[in-house]
Amino acid sequence: MQVTMTVNGDEVTRDVEPRMLLVHFLRDALSLTGTHWGCDTSNCGTCVVWVDEQPVKSCTMLAAMAGGKRVRTVEDLERDGVLDPVQEGFMQCHGLQCGFCTPGMMMTARWLLDHNPDPTDGEIREAISGQICRCTGYSTIVRSIRWAATHENASHIETAETAGSSS
Amino acid sequence: MTATPQTREHRQTEFEDNDQTPVGFGRMLRKEDPRLIRGRGRFVDDVQLPGMLHLAILRAPVAHARIVSIDISAAQAHPKVKLVVTGAMLAEKGLAWMPTLSNDVQAVLATDKVRFQGQEVAFVVAEDRYSARDALELIDVEYDDLAPVIDARKALDPSMPVIRDDLEGKTDNHIFDWETGDAEATEAAFARADVVVTEDIVYPRVHPAPMETAAAVADYDRVDGKLTLWSTSQAPHAHRTLYAIVAGLPEHKIRVIAPDIGGGFGGKVPIYPGYVCAIVGSLLVGKPVKWAEDRSENLTSGSFARDYIMRGEIAATKDGRILAIRTNVLADHGAFNGQAAPSKYPVGFFGVFTGSYDIEAAYAKVTAVYTNKAPGGVAYACSFRITEAVHLVERLVTSLALEMGIDQAELRLRNFIRPEQFPYETKTGWVYDSGDYEATMRESMRIAGYDELLAEREEKRARGELMGVGVSFFTEAVGAGPRKNMDILGLGMADGCELRIHPTGKAVVRLSVKTQGQGHETTFAQIVSEEIGIPPADIEVVHGDTDNTPFGLGTYGSRSTPVSGAAAALVARKVRDKAQLIASSMLEVSVADLEWTKGAFQVKGDPSSSVTIQDIAMRAHGAGDLPEGMEGALEAQICYNPENLTYPNGAYICVVDVDKGTGEVRVRRFIAVDDCGTRINPMIIEGQVHGGLVDGLGMALMEFIEFDEFGNCLGGSLMDYLIPTALECPDWETGHTVTPSPHHPIGAKGVGESATVGSPPAIVNAVVDALHPLGIRNIDMPMTPSRVWDAIQGRPRPPV
Ligand code: FES
Ligand code: FES
Repeated sequence: MQVTMTVNGDEVTRDVEPRMLLVHFLRDALSLTGTHWGCDTSNCGTCVVWVDEQPVKSCTMLAAMAGGKRVRTVEDLERDGVLDPVQEGFMQCHGLQCGFCTPGMMMTARWLLDHNPDPTDGEIREAISGQICRCTGYSTIVRSIRWAATHENASHIETAETAGSSS
Repeated sequence: MTATPQTREHRQTEFEDNDQTPVGFGRMLRKEDPRLIRGRGRFVDDVQLPGMLHLAILRAPVAHARIVSIDISAAQAHPKVKLVVTGAMLAEKGLAWMPTLSNDVQAVLATDKVRFQGQEVAFVVAEDRYSARDALELIDVEYDDLAPVIDARKALDPSMPVIRDDLEGKTDNHIFDWETGDAEATEAAFARADVVVTEDIVYPRVHPAPMETAAAVADYDRVDGKLTLWSTSQAPHAHRTLYAIVAGLPEHKIRVIAPDIGGGFGGKVPIYPGYVCAIVGSLLVGKPVKWAEDRSENLTSGSFARDYIMRGEIAATKDGRILAIRTNVLADHGAFNGQAAPSKYPVGFFGVFTGSYDIEAAYAKVTAVYTNKAPGGVAYACSFRITEAVHLVERLVTSLALEMGIDQAELRLRNFIRPEQFPYETKTGWVYDSGDYEATMRESMRIAGYDELLAEREEKRARGELMGVGVSFFTEAVGAGPRKNMDILGLGMADGCELRIHPTGKAVVRLSVKTQGQGHETTFAQIVSEEIGIPPADIEVVHGDTDNTPFGLGTYGSRSTPVSGAAAALVARKVRDKAQLIASSMLEVSVADLEWTKGAFQVKGDPSSSVTIQDIAMRAHGAGDLPEGMEGALEAQICYNPENLTYPNGAYICVVDVDKGTGEVRVRRFIAVDDCGTRINPMIIEGQVHGGLVDGLGMALMEFIEFDEFGNCLGGSLMDYLIPTALECPDWETGHTVTPSPHHPIGAKGVGESATVGSPPAIVNAVVDALHPLGIRNIDMPMTPSRVWDAIQGRPRPPV
């Protein structure tokens, strides 16, 4: 069947099997491999993307169900060369190690801060409680999101480019 | 159930004290992060090649059965299927079995019998991942069920079926007996003791469950005969050599690439049958073949960890002097002995079970058996079974403390190996390099506010509330290992490192080890930077590609910094030595008149006459004169063979509240003070410790790969195998002491597994401390609400 949706601002149309999961559609059909998968039971949250501005587990939704909707993935967090404060926060506060859970965590974090610009630590933990990180122990993720909350309106171009790398 | 945010003074200090752009050691943001936070990491399942096919594996639905027949005709007829392979077909090519890392053999695909639920039986290669799965449903296997052996305690009973009848002359389920220490001296010490405490302690089967499951993409090029294998491997070089041995491919025609890896924790050390299937698939079809296991495959068939059933005894004098420790262990290794441990160490480094204490005698005996469960053994950041050893001794010490009415920390302080006793040889022959255990323990107590905690606990107790404070102190042995006594399948446990300084003074360093999230690209740039004075941002770290890095055994057992980190420091020193010769000719002074200021050589006491490492690099590659007989370029390669292991250690304190009505355990605070020697990047070290703490909390409270009596795995999904979320974790509190390793070039000891090793006993000790007033002396992990509640009701259940 044919499915059309808007992904990161661009309209895309593809032929898919009706049973194809959104996560496979994004990764295999669109090569947007920043969205990951880590389980078969909707428990891990490495697959979180936005569909019509709501965070969803893209392994729990068929590509066909996203037809006509707006999908946003981790690849769209950085805009015009400016990192999202959430991305910046994860780098500044060591909110990632292997980086596998990170895209999903950041998509949820962005949504949280859009709806609650000054969350408490408890609210941050609650917001990411449907997602698993096996590496960090969560404290640094909480710090990363708090960092983003306190740097929402700053310009990040400079720090983004100098962060730890010449690459 | 929200966590209490705690911003503590010590952590703030660490945060601010460190330079953000150090030349050398210090807090520095990670070089790997810019790609990962943009979703531009490259994990194995992200690899897409033209014409790539997909592989899926059919797995055994039962734990023990004879294969009567396999009919693959319907699967072969599926329009999108390219290949179906069974064990019998692999056997014709001599590929049905492969060696394990412990010199046993393991079936790639079952030929005669299936020996655990989830074992590989056949595979399909098809055009897409959905069709490959569909075709599995079309394979018809007839099984003749056999009685399974599930409880390791009964595995040696003569009435039990023999699981490994594939092994010549095998008539039972016994794998090995191993012992260490002095049984007689230990018996004598026990005979003199005033107090003896005995505990039965089970360390249940758990699973590393990295967020990324195992995966491989095999691409065999029939024209040049070269196999490229992208795989989730913590040890790409060792894997390449084993593929050469198993598959008979010439080693120079195999390239193993381990790209970004989504966590490993030891679970990505073994070679899984799936990798071999992908290779065979690509060899037979001539196209790239991808295999990516799903989560239930990962949990049911991938490397398990622990599964040690231990009886421990500890003997002491009436004033709390520990005399001796003795243990008898039954180790469940599953259907194939697949643990990754140095050849001469069948129980890994369990021999360090004497812990951090200066005692008179010790003795251990371990018996390992086969059961109808998945193979594995050394995984989940266990540091070669040190996790089990530390858990045993730390549980015993707290039991002794409670029995004698001595405070847990106080009892440890009375018995620690003292700083002046290092290097200290334990009663089981391990030579600990350095430590200041008392200082580390006291730092942990300071951060915890230990005395106030005890006072609070008494107050709560008086009100009938269950609060507990648990202490653990661990010493790990990491950095395997010295070539004279350590190898894996005949491969010496050394690691290589190559450093090239380019003409413009930028550098590339190539490692044999491979990060799975530990931050090697940052840490190793910092180590080289510290020695050679080039900023880390100007040093590219290459790893995880056997065609482009020197040989070495890889990343596990916290060995990257102890072994490869030493190699990186030494290779940089070698380059610096050459740079010094060039500098002496550039400045026209003798070598002895030069001094090194990080990044430049200058004439002693004269900063105005100096040449930077960048100037020297250009000179080394330029047309100008070099010292007599010297070759151009500025580069070196070494292979580092460690002299001894390193012995990181730490003092952990855990505070729990137990709900009497529900049995729920809440970890309210956790204080971890680590001594991993010289600290390269404190931010990364803190992250490693946090990661280990959440592992420990998971194992202590919820993680359990459980089986029913038929051998059905009950922990086969993330709905059943519970992993902590942000809601169960406290805000970790960390601190440190620094006792450098005397034999490591930069004094670093390794920290990757410290907290996984040290934290479970602290949590159990805290719960036992809380429940002690109810007469409870021991409770096994996982301390789920129902199991804690049962214990409170006086019906403790050991996990089976
Ligand atoms: S893949 Fe695990 S929740 Fe979606
Ligand atoms: S950073 Fe590895 S799973 Fe979160």
